[in-house]
Amino acid sequence: MPVVAIVLLALPLAAAAVAFWVPPRAAGPVTAAAGVASFGLVLALIPAVTRHDVTALGFIRIDALAAVFLLATSFLYGCVGIYSIGYLRTGGEHEARNRRYAGRFWAGLNVFAWAMLVAPAMSSLALLWIAVEVTTIVSALLVALEGTDGAAEAAWKYVLIASAGLTIALLGTIFVYYAGAQVLGQTYNLAFTPLLGVAGRLSPAVVRLAFVLAVLGYGTKMGLFPVHTWLPDAHSEAPTPVSALLSGALLAVSFYAILRFYQVTQAAIGPRFPRDVLLAFGVASLLLAALYLFGQRDYKRMLAYSSVEHMGILAIGVSFGAPLALAGVLLHVLAHAAAKGNAFMGAGVLVRKYATKQTGLLTGGLDLLPWSAPMFLAAVLALSAMPPFGIFRSEFEIVAGGLAGDHNVAAVLLVLLVTVAFLGLSATVNKMLLAPRPEADLARGEPSAWMVVPVLAGLVALLVLGLHPPAELTGLLNHAVTALRGTVPHGTGSGGAA
Amino acid sequence: MPPAPAPSVFAGTANVIAVLILLAEFGMFRQALLRDQVRLYAGQSVLIAALAVLVGAVQQLPELYVLAAVTIALKAVAIPLVFRRLLRETEPEHAEQTGHDIAGTGGLGLASTVLIGLAVAAFGFFTATALPVSSGGAPVTALSVSVSVILVAFVVMIHRRDVASQAIGLFSLENGISLASLVVAPALPLLVEVVLAVDLLLAVVVLGLLIRLHHGRAETLSTADLTELRG
Repeated sequence: MPVVAIVLLALPLAAAAVAFWVPPRAAGPVTAAAGVASFGLVLALIPAVTRHDVTALGFIRIDALAAVFLLATSFLYGCVGIYSIGYLRTGGEHEARNRRYAGRFWAGLNVFAWAMLVAPAMSSLALLWIAVEVTTIVSALLVALEGTDGAAEAAWKYVLIASAGLTIALLGTIFVYYAGAQVLGQTYNLAFTPLLGVAGRLSPAVVRLAFVLAVLGYGTKMGLFPVHTWLPDAHSEAPTPVSALLSGALLAVSFYAILRFYQVTQAAIGPRFPRDVLLAFGVASLLLAALYLFGQRDYKRMLAYSSVEHMGILAIGVSFGAPLALAGVLLHVLAHAAAKGNAFMGAGVLVRKYATKQTGLLTGGLDLLPWSAPMFLAAVLALSAMPPFGIFRSEFEIVAGGLAGDHNVAAVLLVLLVTVAFLGLSATVNKMLLAPRPEADLARGEPSAWMVVPVLAGLVALLVLGLHPPAELTGLLNHAVTALRGTVPHGTGSGGAA
Repeated sequence: MPPAPAPSVFAGTANVIAVLILLAEFGMFRQALLRDQVRLYAGQSVLIAALAVLVGAVQQLPELYVLAAVTIALKAVAIPLVFRRLLRETEPEHAEQTGHDIAGTGGLGLASTVLIGLAVAAFGFFTATALPVSSGGAPVTALSVSVSVILVAFVVMIHRRDVASQAIGLFSLENGISLASLVVAPALPLLVEVVLAVDLLLAVVVLGLLIRLHHGRAETLSTADLTELRG
């Protein structure tokens, strides 16, 4: 199994190198193949990680929790790889610019996916930080790729705000090192497992400070209010396949980093404090996003605010702390990746068909796009937690876990705000897709079959997650929940009951 | 577990260096030329390296010498060189005499900004003093100063409205973290530190490329026209 992990982390890098040198026409299939293969490799890892952690080379460590995030990222990597072939072919730019653009796009996409796969697989908090920082650098270049004024501005905002946020996360990481080195000695290298082992003896004040710094820092990348401000701009200006990866995978990877700090903090000072912090950030993010979903005139921005909403739901879910809620959170990571990936890929088809991102100029989608429009509608309904899709199941579990754990106010607030978000999303999307188009300027038909197939795969995934998650997946989630709940150290008196 | 009592000369010297690093940060409020802004950053990095050597000598942590060498090589030489080379083609034609003029890009008057900087620095200093931290490296006062540096770096990034100063503000923010890590994590594995520095170099290249893209489209280094996107 260590070999599988090594191959998984080497494959996207190899694909990036190949994609950079071969002509763009070949780079697409190479990327798609690498993406699908890495999804297969993660699937192959799942039985192993439910038995014990997979370790390799001293710095790779994949446990059940990491595997959940690898699953989300690699699934989107495969889907977006296939989708991008169609996206670039329908670009319609003149050949010279297209070649340079495509070369950079494919290489960047692979390196970006690589960094996102590396981050959860790292055994130490320092390497995790470095991997997340690399995702910022690569994805900023991808955001700027379109070369427009808007793209340049969005990329600048993104790299400056996200890097400044990550610097705060680095400060948090250094304080964790300080706390760990007090117990484990100066040769301590920020590895995660030994830290968790001695968590009960860490200095509580330092751990508390480190957790807040980490939530603020990684929360900047995850898109938590009030440090989310780069997110709608970057998601809206990036090439649409990159938006899908940003939203479905990158935000989740930052959330993963917060979960690692949560584990340490919970083991060191009990669950009360970290849960309160996450609850505050989560409710604020959900509230802001639900309100901003009304009246968005750019549908990619609208989807970006929906991401802020879902990140808020994840934070609230963790703050509930009950096993059911945590299982819901991890399922939500997977279902959100599939649903948001689908929504952005559908949005990309709309961009290609209508050549606009303005909701006001877009009508009659269902008449013009026989496949993409119904699937975009399904993705938006899935994002609004409609049954039978995966997000319905995950949000149901989160709310049920919250109610079971006596977090009634927060659970009711969550349901209310999710309903508000649903109203905002569906009002806009209904008009885009259902209102008849007065002028007959566009022909009926899909821009490219490459842009339909991966969305179908995402739809199947959403249905599977919603109707009947396979037993292997449930087992994986349960293992991850056990890891996440950890064991409460003796003598802290804070109690482990959720 | 308090460390061996450090000689007061060491504490005094280390604190002076830390305060000089903070002063360099304040200097970034008003540098009028891109070249000088980059030089100020390089000077600040040299101060970090000097503090690393001092701490390494006094606390017997020889790996800090390597860290100092890496800091000089990357932050005082490579990053300023790469950054200025990337921005060379954005320079105006009479660059030989004057260089980039980034004067007057402050959003507020200089005096008000310095007052805000002082308030923020004092807040950071006294807040950090309350931390229950004992040091095996630089004296704990330097940690308080480093928090001030970090907060003032944020003010620089907010206050200056030209892309170059914002980028330099971000790099100096990282210098503030380096200062903090000399206090709380002097023995942080060298490998991690080196990877961090290389990572910073990567960020410099990307920021430089983005600045070129911005300049190519807007013909200016000012961010005053970056108002289309409002989060």
